Amino acid sequence: MTAADASNSGATLIDAFLSASTAGIIELLSPNPPGWGGALLVGLLHSIEIALGATCLGLLIGTGGAYGKLYGGPVVRDLLAVYTTIVRAVPELVLILLLYYAGTDLINQALTAMGYQRVDISGLAAGIAVLGFVQGAYSTEVIRGAILAIPQGQIEAARAYGMSPGLLLRRITLPAMLPFAIPGLANLWLIATKDTALLAVVGFYELALATRQAAGVTKAYFTFFFAAAVLYLLLSLFSNLIIGRVEAWSRRGMPSLKEAR
Amino acid sequence: MMAQSAASVLKHTAQDGAAEAIHVENLHKRFGELHVLKGVSLSARDGEVIAIIGGSGSGKSTLLRCINCLENPTSGIIRVNGEEIKLKADSHGHTVPADRKQIERIRSKLGMVFQNFNLWSHMTLIENVIEVPVHVLGVKRDVAISGAEKLLARVGLAEKRDVYPAYLSGGQQQRAAIARALAINPRVMLFDEPTSALDPELVGEVLKVIGDLAREGRTMVLVTHEMKFAREVATHVVYLYNGLVEEEGPPEQIFGAPRSERLKQFIRNIG
Repeated sequence: MTAADASNSGATLIDAFLSASTAGIIELLSPNPPGWGGALLVGLLHSIEIALGATCLGLLIGTGGAYGKLYGGPVVRDLLAVYTTIVRAVPELVLILLLYYAGTDLINQALTAMGYQRVDISGLAAGIAVLGFVQGAYSTEVIRGAILAIPQGQIEAARAYGMSPGLLLRRITLPAMLPFAIPGLANLWLIATKDTALLAVVGFYELALATRQAAGVTKAYFTFFFAAAVLYLLLSLFSNLIIGRVEAWSRRGMPSLKEAR
Repeated sequence: MMAQSAASVLKHTAQDGAAEAIHVENLHKRFGELHVLKGVSLSARDGEVIAIIGGSGSGKSTLLRCINCLENPTSGIIRVNGEEIKLKADSHGHTVPADRKQIERIRSKLGMVFQNFNLWSHMTLIENVIEVPVHVLGVKRDVAISGAEKLLARVGLAEKRDVYPAYLSGGQQQRAAIARALAINPRVMLFDEPTSALDPELVGEVLKVIGDLAREGRTMVLVTHEMKFAREVATHVVYLYNGLVEEEGPPEQIFGAPRSERLKQFIRNIG
């Protein structure tokens, strides 16, 4: 057998294998049962819901935390230091297990103590609360750094014209710190989209769990995990597109660095 | 009226009966161990232009910044428009404004112009000028915009209304900052070394705008290093030395016939 023959027969073999499995893959990934595509998409949707909720909650905690760390009294500052240190020191998976099980248990104990019925806390709400709590600690530091990067004269000018603290936050501090915070916050958002996979360990139905189920049932591990990876990648690419727009908008008053080069 | 000299036409002089817009009495300011102001008194009646001069570290900027409590005075009395700023001691023993609403109300009547302009970088010039009228004073947006357009035209920046501050020269930024201060229709304008951060060739355009304001009878307190300008526009000059008023009086006296040895030396060194 010549070398040409060998490569030829190899190509035919791959062709045959591919055509056979392409049909199978399409069938497996079809959005309609018996395909598992729909299940994967539902998982992705849940992941996005959690990531969005957690990021929003994290931004709220982060803004408050940054303000508290910068302008708060000694007690507030100490409490926030404990919060950011512990949350950033403990692995997220451990925190999720701790907060999810201990948190729901604590709430229910409090409810029974007050004479109410135990409640079933939805996985979505618990997931958002737990990841938001973790995100909040990281956001606190990102936003604190961004506020410190604002030329202080701009804050002083706002005070000199009689702005109340709330107005100053809304009109000056938040928009002025945004260009400095976006790169860090964008990191946190992308991390949040993937941290949702950790919630699979507490049984929340998101993309990673959906993938594992689909792969386990069909034994098409490569197909499903590869499909999940593609979905995560698409989510990141789409996020980058949006973040790029937001960043350009937030830097509207700043000359581009390219011009300064 | 007939006998009015050219100088007094040029320079609006306040009547003795004019109301006192700013009154500072026995003001002390300490930064920790550093005693910056050691009992300074100052008064500005309606229509007066008070120039505060003095060497570096004499406390002149601190004095100006105490008037609207950007720096909290350690002790002393400050009255704006006849209303005394209420002060109290906080838990660390620092003096702070006792009534946030009061200090915000008083600040919104004082148009402050800073050494480094301090325009809000995420807003265009027109947005900078209407910001305080709309969000602090509650002026309707369209009313504020038409007023702001007139003010920008007045400082020669009508075409730059939609430009962000970072794209402008220092002189243009400072003129826009003056328009921002005028937009609140301030009772008193406070200028904190408004030309010190400018390139020499840009100083003139800013001084011209400030000079026009002085000549139309705006009440102003001006911290400056521009002695020639202070002499031209001020109705009253205060020379600070080491946290105390060393000498004060009409500009002719301060620059023409200074009595204190330190002031004489200061004028010699500057001139």
